[in-house]
Amino acid sequence: MSENARSQILNGIRRALHRGELSGASRQAAEARLARPPAGPAVARARLPQAEQVTLFCQWAEANNATVGRVAAADVAGEVAAYLARNNLPAEAAMAPSPQLDTYNWAGQPMLSLRRGAARGSDQVSITGAFAGIAETGTLVMASGPDHPVTLNLLPDTHVVVLREADIVGGYEEVWARLRQRYGKDCMPRTVNTITGPSRTGDIEQTIELGAHGPRRMHIVIVRE
Amino acid sequence: MQSTAHDFKHNVGEALADANLQDSLAKLKVGFSERRRQAAERLPEFEALRDAARDIKNHALANLDFYLEEFERKVVALGGHVHWAPTAADARRIIADLCRSVGAKTVAKSKSMVSEEIALNEHLEALGIAPIETDLGEYIIQLRHEPPSHIIAPAVHLTKDQVADTFLEHHKALGFSKRLTERNDLVAEARHVLREKFLKADVGLTGANFLVAETGSSMLVTNEGNADLSNTMPRMHIVLASIEKVIPTLEDAAVLLRVLARSATGQESSSYTTLNTGPKRRDDLDGPSQYHVVILDNGRSSVLGTKMQDMLRCIRCGACMNHCPVYGAIGGHAYGWVYPGPIGAVLTPQLIGVEEAGNLPNASTFCGRCESVCPVRIPLPGLMRHWREREFEHHLTPRTVRQGLAIWGYAARRPRLYRRLTGFANRLLALFGRATGRYRALPLAGAWTRFRDFPAPPSGGTFHAQWARHGGARTRP
Repeated sequence: MSENARSQILNGIRRALHRGELSGASRQAAEARLARPPAGPAVARARLPQAEQVTLFCQWAEANNATVGRVAAADVAGEVAAYLARNNLPAEAAMAPSPQLDTYNWAGQPMLSLRRGAARGSDQVSITGAFAGIAETGTLVMASGPDHPVTLNLLPDTHVVVLREADIVGGYEEVWARLRQRYGKDCMPRTVNTITGPSRTGDIEQTIELGAHGPRRMHIVIVRE
Repeated sequence: MQSTAHDFKHNVGEALADANLQDSLAKLKVGFSERRRQAAERLPEFEALRDAARDIKNHALANLDFYLEEFERKVVALGGHVHWAPTAADARRIIADLCRSVGAKTVAKSKSMVSEEIALNEHLEALGIAPIETDLGEYIIQLRHEPPSHIIAPAVHLTKDQVADTFLEHHKALGFSKRLTERNDLVAEARHVLREKFLKADVGLTGANFLVAETGSSMLVTNEGNADLSNTMPRMHIVLASIEKVIPTLEDAAVLLRVLARSATGQESSSYTTLNTGPKRRDDLDGPSQYHVVILDNGRSSVLGTKMQDMLRCIRCGACMNHCPVYGAIGGHAYGWVYPGPIGAVLTPQLIGVEEAGNLPNASTFCGRCESVCPVRIPLPGLMRHWREREFEHHLTPRTVRQGLAIWGYAARRPRLYRRLTGFANRLLALFGRATGRYRALPLAGAWTRFRDFPAPPSGGTFHAQWARHGGARTRP
């Protein structure tokens, strides 16, 4: 049945297009497109020098209701603790079990209680790294894996993201290139979340309210090189 | 869902008389369209991206079988499953079987227009499986047993007060006995109620904005995060997508994403754009253990290679309806089926038949705003005109219209007669209406003059007469 349904659809498409299975030059062109994906029209604001990309990233992230702090690596844990205190949030968080995050000086913040692992329904705050930041739209890119459970991006009310300056790129295309390089072309992680600001909805009278299902607050800590 | 497209004229009458609906539509006209204009202006490359988006979709459609097979190959290689559904009934059966295979009692659903198209919720309910809509707008209308009235803002026809009444009625049993008046409180209450349901759901069902052949990924664009909870919390993730959603590569997705959010809501980017590729990996700490993609045809493949193929480029942004004066006057429900607005007027006759939906392509002033804002440049008025021709050929047009067209056609083929008749009519109308410049009532045009005045013809005679007087083709005014 399944095989029949499959060939019914594929043969229906071929009949409608007045041809058999794709062959010859057309097939080669389609295969080449998959092997070496051509980029679309260049977007000027995605091609700025690195320092300007970081500024642009911050600008768009803030325009999308995230807050941004820029600190040196030594001050990451302090910035996270200060952000939570500033906003009267609990000094308790679920943190991604990531080697990158482990390099920061969490021991210097004894008041901050951290649990490493996936998020539970009751967690109020999560701390994760990010695979990349996209300057063009102030977007974070999260690749799932043992070092980055997806639930940390979604369940807690507050999401604190630690992003290295060097991981801020211009546009989506650079993220795709990095993903292919890291994971191989044929093995994307289960989930790649690109996230721009906190969760929101405009479903009641077209007026934006934050915190529809995902985090209500997002704080991005950018680590200076 | 059961179509009422054949009852379009009746639906329109009700919509025009609905004060709440008219309030909501007044906001729509200034909201989405203005934000889209600003977003387009902020990106100098926007028009070039629209051209590229059109070309990508055309390329994908011309090679659709190839990219679907490539997509399938990648999904399977990573441990996912692909199911092929030629018809709506096939898709319903496949999804129901998958739900039953894990003993599912509830399905957390993220907004999917294709699931509305195949009437999935009714089917699951009949089998004792509860579908829970988790997009806020979809949740509201599910509680009210209404269909969506807009493809990206399903509850856009409702006011805050109507939502408050609906929540009070349905959430009382859950311990929420206070009628809320603030939007953020309504959002918070829905979040609380739905969060519980996410944690208990056995299956998560989402649509897809794109299927990426290169990587075997389904791509979802949302603002709320409900689609991401749907694809992460339950142990099975089912993606329901129609065949034309497949695109070649991630680079192509980047182009389409740049025009999608800007065209839809005027955002630079939606809050969440997610790529799902296969089930949970061995070392992952969360995610579903099963990943299924159901690929639906439902009559789409027969449009390929025809004049109507352009409709398959649609990326469901909703810009055409946001800019349509007809949609703006009557809202989405009057269209009587799943897809409203200009794209609905083109898709619906294809999907459920021109006999049922022939009224829809006639519900257009042909002002062309839909085509002028479409991110993939679908020639919507041209496609509606094509349906009108098809309707005429099939003798489905009302007799009065056919007779009127026959009389006009007779005269139009006889230029001298035509000029004399129009000249006579022009003088006659001028006699009665020139003083005020308009008519409050006119014989044979009561349906028009009941709602608005009919303009009097300009002085100086018919267009033909003025054209001749100004020296014809070569003279500019």
